[in-house]
Amino acid sequence: MSTTPRKRMILATAIIGVNEHTLWEHPDAGSQTAFSSFRHVAQTAERGMFDYFFLAEGLAIRERARRPFDHDIAGRPDTLPVLAALAAVTEHIGLVGTLNATFNEPYELARQLATLDHLSGGRAGWNVVTSFDAFTGQNFRRGGFLPHSQRYERAEEMVATVQKLWDSWADDDLVADKDSGVFVRDANAGAYEHHSSQFDIRGQFTVPRSPQGRPVIVQAGVSPRGRDFAASSADVIFSPFLKLEQAQPFHADMNARAVAHGRGEGALKILPSANFAIGDTEAEARDKARHIIEQQLSPRAIQVRFEQVWNRDLSGYDLDGPVPEIEAETSPDAPQIIQGRALIHSDRAATVREWQQLAREKNLTLRQLAHEVIATPLDFVGTPSQVAERMDDFVQANGSDGFVVSPEVVPAGIDEFVDRVIPILQERGAVRTEYEGTTLRDNLGLQVPARVPARAR
Amino acid sequence: MPRKLTLGLALEGAGWHPSAWREPSARPDELFTPGYWVERVRDAEAAGADYVTIEDSLALQGASAHVSEARTDEVRGRLDALLIAARVAPATERIGLVPTVTTTHTEPFHVSKGIATLDFVSDGRAGWQPKLSINAAEAANFGRREWPELVFDRDDPALRAFVAELFDEADDAVEVVRRLWDSWEDDAEIRDVATDRFLDADKLHTIDFEGRFFSVRGPSITPRSPQGQPVVAVLAHQQRPYEFAASQADVVFTTPLDADSGTQVLRDVAAAAERVGRGERAGTPGAAGEALHVVADLVVLLDAAGASGADRLARLDSRGRALTSDARVVTGSAARVADEIAALAEAGYDGVRLRPGVLTDDVPAIGETLVPELRRRGLVPETPAGGSLRARFGLATDVPSRYARETAGAATTPTASTNA
Repeated sequence: MSTTPRKRMILATAIIGVNEHTLWEHPDAGSQTAFSSFRHVAQTAERGMFDYFFLAEGLAIRERARRPFDHDIAGRPDTLPVLAALAAVTEHIGLVGTLNATFNEPYELARQLATLDHLSGGRAGWNVVTSFDAFTGQNFRRGGFLPHSQRYERAEEMVATVQKLWDSWADDDLVADKDSGVFVRDANAGAYEHHSSQFDIRGQFTVPRSPQGRPVIVQAGVSPRGRDFAASSADVIFSPFLKLEQAQPFHADMNARAVAHGRGEGALKILPSANFAIGDTEAEARDKARHIIEQQLSPRAIQVRFEQVWNRDLSGYDLDGPVPEIEAETSPDAPQIIQGRALIHSDRAATVREWQQLAREKNLTLRQLAHEVIATPLDFVGTPSQVAERMDDFVQANGSDGFVVSPEVVPAGIDEFVDRVIPILQERGAVRTEYEGTTLRDNLGLQVPARVPARAR
Repeated sequence: MPRKLTLGLALEGAGWHPSAWREPSARPDELFTPGYWVERVRDAEAAGADYVTIEDSLALQGASAHVSEARTDEVRGRLDALLIAARVAPATERIGLVPTVTTTHTEPFHVSKGIATLDFVSDGRAGWQPKLSINAAEAANFGRREWPELVFDRDDPALRAFVAELFDEADDAVEVVRRLWDSWEDDAEIRDVATDRFLDADKLHTIDFEGRFFSVRGPSITPRSPQGQPVVAVLAHQQRPYEFAASQADVVFTTPLDADSGTQVLRDVAAAAERVGRGERAGTPGAAGEALHVVADLVVLLDAAGASGADRLARLDSRGRALTSDARVVTGSAARVADEIAALAEAGYDGVRLRPGVLTDDVPAIGETLVPELRRRGLVPETPAGGSLRARFGLATDVPSRYARETAGAATTPTASTNA
């Protein structure tokens, strides 16, 4: 037996918003907007001792040729009010929301998150993202968008400014002593100032120090700059790596970077997103996984995903016919046929040539090509004990510190995982049987960061 | 037969008196906890109120909305009102929830989906109190715009011009929010498996708003909420604010000081509605086609066991700063306060919003003594109304999206504007 203490697996879950991942055609699929769906997932995850419930954010409806996508799930409630309402119907689970650093202002955002921390008794978290396009900017008075480098600059300053605001009240500033008539210890409670390239603000913060001091910060980022930013300021990192040969070096690199920023070992938790298909037998699970992918790759989903890379109308091509031998439209003046979703392939022309080459070699139809290059295979497929074992092994091997598990069926898809996999993980000692503390930081095993006073006392 | 009034309770910190937090019942150390707000709103619900409003500001409190002050002897700090309302929603059943959100420093796109989501989590009980921010401290917390040095003298033309701009901006902000609420038609989500369509793309609409202060394209990311158009309620005191309310709101909170001024306020509001052409848009529900619901605000301190309302007020005044208010301050027995309310009903008001001097004392007292008295006099219904907040204000409950109307109008008649 190893002498290293067994790592406990961190688990998060989400109701994924706008996507082609969710199976709305499934007979058990429910509403993506009714509060009852959010309540069901958060309460079920809490029954399964999950660390946090997470919501993504969208700021524009995706479009194809200036019309909203009609084939995928779209439309979702606003992140923060949903999390605040969930605080009323849960007791332990963390509540993490995605909020954009490009189209929000630090004072307002810091205030909302600190409010959520107070209203949830210390369970708030912020997933920091930046916006990728001017299309989204059309919905905001800020307008436009920022070039890539400035987006990072703004995001870095946003996090630093928000943390400064969270630190602006000392723990003991709120006195509220009726007899002496002292409500705050110091008339300057909450005073702060921040002057930088992105923000030029000063004043006093309206929210006294919240239960966690600083709500938990979640980030993604695999580029060198993204890694450094995350290593310096994040508590949790979304990782895209679910193969050990990539995941272990990423885990080691991020931890090394965090230590280089003066943070303790284990100050950073790394969580890849993981999908699962469970069956009574392995064969049944494989069938289920195959079915899920077929459902996700609906004809319209395939068309739109290819159109985004080609930047051409491909509606005239038969999915069961050959891959079109046309080049991607890459002229800088050409309008984008698909708007509002991140382009993963930066060199479209090369990607298209690669795909055409692959199709010729393997004699693939468009649909078959989609299964080769677009489908995302499910990560953990098997019986409940196989899924539990593989997840646990991955964490014990330092592939990650846990997972974000997001079932394809909303809201009841989480039930199967909680009812069948969690008990096995608990038997293995990989998942808690009781929440350790009252705050999200407590449950993640994170320290409350020391407060940096904004003013001399 | 007297007309039935709507009854609202305005929640602000420990209460509207600056020393409210020092009363024996007050729980100032819990002002930043969810339990405090859940109990206050449950008290209001139990009292029979139709709705609560929750005050907010993006800077610390001061003697007026224009200034923040450096002091230690009054409540300092507050939580975000929209999130308080969302936190309270699942813990209450019937009461309307109307948070304040400013139009000056916020993004209308965020406000729109935030209030629509409050409507989802409260099952149709959401409202919005849009408020201008003319406080330099709020502007400094955002740092995005030039803010003039202002002297708060009503006759100063520079101040008037600046405030007029903020009202123009607020008009646009509410207009954008309302258009975004309409940008999804009610039945846009079709889930048609046969055609592989989750949405009917024809039922989502860009709003393409281009204004002096900002432009917003849309559609919203949040589908149309249970009420379609949550209730918009504006506090107003003068001509320009009355016009803002008449253009954009469903409900206006006013501050009549006596019987004469009460009548004058109603006349001024009606004149403002006429100037902005509200009546000409009759049959245009959701924005401004319906009659404006006019509410009178009163600050109340009720008689309690051991201390009359007047004694309570004097005692509170002596502990620090005396209460000053834009709204009439009424102290006394339930019967005395009910007399005032009856006079307002007589004058033609549609409702009252009570600002309790001390939340932990006056809200329960309103439920125990005042509301039974109002019921006895037939001024409020025997049992509080249920249903959506719109229904409570007598607003249309089936409000089609304006874009659905336009589409339907275009299909049936070339002059869609006559299709009201």
